Parts: sequence; structure tokens; C-alpha cells
Amino acid sequence: MMEWLKSVGEGFYNAWFPEQRYLAYLSGLRMTLLISLFAVMIGIVIGVLIAVVRVTARTSKLFIIKVLDKIALFYITVIRGTPMIVQIMIIYNLIFTSPDTNPIVVGAVCCGINSGAYVAEIIRAGIASIPVGQMEAGRSLGLTYTMTMRTIILPQAFKNILPALGNEFISLVKETSVISVIAVNDLMKMAGYVGSRTWDVIPPYVIAAAIYLTMTLFLTWLMGSFEKMMAKSDRH
Amino acid sequence: MIYTKDLRKKFGEHEVLCGITQHIEKGEKVVVIGPSGSGKSTFLRCLNMLEEPTGGEIIFEGVKLTDPQTNLDQIRQRMGMVFQHFNLFPLKTVRQNITLAPVLLKKMTQEEADAKADELLKRIGLPDKADSYPGMLSGGQQQRIAIARALAMDPAVMLFDEPTSALDPEMVGEVLAIMKELAEDGMTMVVVTHEMGFAREVGSRILFIDEGIVAEENTPYEFFGSPQNPRLQDFLSKVL
Repeated sequence: MMEWLKSVGEGFYNAWFPEQRYLAYLSGLRMTLLISLFAVMIGIVIGVLIAVVRVTARTSKLFIIKVLDKIALFYITVIRGTPMIVQIMIIYNLIFTSPDTNPIVVGAVCCGINSGAYVAEIIRAGIASIPVGQMEAGRSLGLTYTMTMRTIILPQAFKNILPALGNEFISLVKETSVISVIAVNDLMKMAGYVGSRTWDVIPPYVIAAAIYLTMTLFLTWLMGSFEKMMAKSDRH
Repeated sequence: MIYTKDLRKKFGEHEVLCGITQHIEKGEKVVVIGPSGSGKSTFLRCLNMLEEPTGGEIIFEGVKLTDPQTNLDQIRQRMGMVFQHFNLFPLKTVRQNITLAPVLLKKMTQEEADAKADELLKRIGLPDKADSYPGMLSGGQQQRIAIARALAMDPAVMLFDEPTSALDPEMVGEVLAIMKELAEDGMTMVVVTHEMGFAREVGSRILFIDEGIVAEENTPYEFFGSPQNPRLQDFLSKVL
């Protein structure tokens, strides 16, 4: 028993201290955080645009909106219906063929395009969940469609989708680890790299897992306090 | 003030309004009654174009609402509406509910609107609820605030779509009392309701809508005293 504990301890020691290996995790973490941050932003921009198209298409008779709606639906169907690793391989080999592409850009674009489809559906469902009476009440007062959307519908929709949006961001942070397959030095890749140096892969991957867990726990806490802040108008 | 000419509305193949021609004068209190599914709510919702008619014309203060060129948002500022399910804005305080539209539409500054909201809240007997959220209030209180919200825009006419149907019985009275007060102040009102007592007491003219047409219209006295239409007689025998 003592022997085993000692060897485990040694394994973790070797995966962290010699040759300043902790710096490898840190640089991987930095990469993962940057990719996640930009991917979230790209995802939100794509998601909002697609959701706006899909929501206006419900009532609009404009031909261009109908076409955009079909394109949006195609995008959502394909992205949600295929594994992210396949998407990454296609996007990477199709677009980022130049050898000096910035890995952060590659990762953020791949993950952002993926996340956008989910964010779009979350936002669309959030808007659809608001009773039509809210829109009617706004319009009956003389507010325009846009004013009612902005001041009445969207704030309620945003409050309703906050948990789902939080989940999406948390899984996005975790899924950025897939990006390691295209030679981006994110946290996952760096853990594998340390493992290849020490000939003992379990400790570095456990360390990576702990770092991912810390990030997601922090995000969960952040979303939780955000939701509490938004709950002040609830019945109490 | 409001003039509808051969107003028609179809939902798919089903024709809900089969040609309604009505003239609602300034100061009139028109009460619309009828069995459920008769089209009375659809008629009311057509008056401010929340429901787009599929035929006929609506003219309000000389403006043809059914003309696609008409700016409906401006027209609706002059027509207040109260809904069956109140439809207050849940994330806004009572005061914000009332002041939102007048301020956003630049009818008033925030200070003017706040003063107006306080005055309206006093009028409906809820002066201490300005900073509450709708979710904390009873149905009757919410509906009274919905009336105040519509009044804040200084409308020329008020449309009521079954304002007491979603309320617990003990709260119906407080909402009807506000509406009665409003009627006494000379507001032009169109009210869809099942409250026969209110219709009799406040209405200046009562419409009986059945199967998409106005089957009978009369003063309350004649309407309840000597109904002519057999379907109205049948309806009244069930609800009175």
C-alpha cells in the first residue's frame, strides 16, 4: 500500500515539477482559455444572428428572410448532426491550409462555428417561450415590433435561457480539448506532451482533468450567481 | 369614432367574422357578449389590428386602419387595450410597466411619466405598489394595473378583452369598479365580457355576436328586457 502511494506520488511529482513541466500546463491552459473566450464570442455572434433570422422568418413575408432562414436551418442541422471532431478536420483542412495559421484563430473559429448552432437554438427557443400576450401588450401600447422585442421580449428570453446558455459555455470549454487533434497546443495537448516525456500518461491527464474541473466549477458558480441576480422580480 | 364596414376575418378556411358593420360613437360604452367561439374577441382584436382582418374596412378617427400605408403603431397609441390574462411585463416594476410606453414613445419625460403613474396608481387604489413586481400581486391588482398602463398613454378609446374572465370571483368586483369609474368619466369603451350585470349597468349599447355576425344590438333595457333573436333568448336563459 505504502509502495503504491509512493509511486503515485512520484508519478504526479514527475508530471509537474521536473523541467518546469507546470509551465507546459499553464501555457496549455492559456491557449484553452483564449480559444474558449473567442469561441464563445463567435458563438454568440453567430447564434444571435441566426436566431434573429429564424424568429423574424416566423412572421416576415420577405423572400430574402425566407432564404436566409433555410440557410440557417441547414447550418443548424449539419452542425448539430455531425461530430465536432469531424467538423474540425474538415474546417481545418479546407480553410486553414497555410502552415503559419494562428492556432488560436483555428481553434476559436472551429469551436465558435460549432457553438453558434447550439446558441442559436437556445436563443430561438428562449424567444419562443415568451407568451404571445407579451408581444401583443407591447404592440397594443403603440410600441414597434423592434422596441417590444428589445425592451420586453429579449430581457425575459435572456433570463429564461441563462441556465441553458451557461451549460452550453461549460461544454464548449470542455469540448475545446478536441482541438488538440489538429496540433493546437491546448491544455489537453500539453498534458499528452508531458506524458510522452515521463512515460507515464495517467498523472498528466489527471492534472488536466483537475484543471478542466476547476474551470467548469468556476463557470457554474459564475452562472449561478448571475441567475440569482436576475431573479429579483420573481414571486417571493 | 370607430367605424367598421363589412369586417371579415378568416382563420384558414374557417370564417370567424362574417361581415360586421358597426359605428362606435365617441363616449359610447359598447358591450359585446356572445357564446364562446362566436368571434367577439376576434372582433375586438381587429379594432386595433392585433388581428389583421381578411376583408372589410376599419376607420378610426378618419384614418383607414386596413390601409397597408397606415402607421398602426401611432394609431395604437390612441387605443388602449386590456387583456384577459393582464399581460403585464414581469421583469418590470409596476411603475416601469406604466411608464415604459409613454417614455419610450417620447410622449413624456421619465419624471412626467412617474408623476402620471403615481396619480393613476392612486386612482386605482394601489398607490403603495409602485415598486412591486407583477408576480407579487393578485390577479385583480394586476388587472387594475394593466388598466392604468393603458390609461397612461391617454387613449381615446379603451378596448377590454374579457378583463375579468381569468380572475377569482372575489376579485371581479374591484376591476369592474375601476371600469365603471372610467365609464363615468366619459371614456369611450368597447368591452367583451360575460358580466351581464356590468353590461346592464354600464353599457350604452349591447351587441350580441353569434357565428360571426351581430345577431342583435340594443340598449341594455331592451336587450335584456325583450330579446328578439331566439339564440339570444337561449343564451340569456343560460347565463342569467
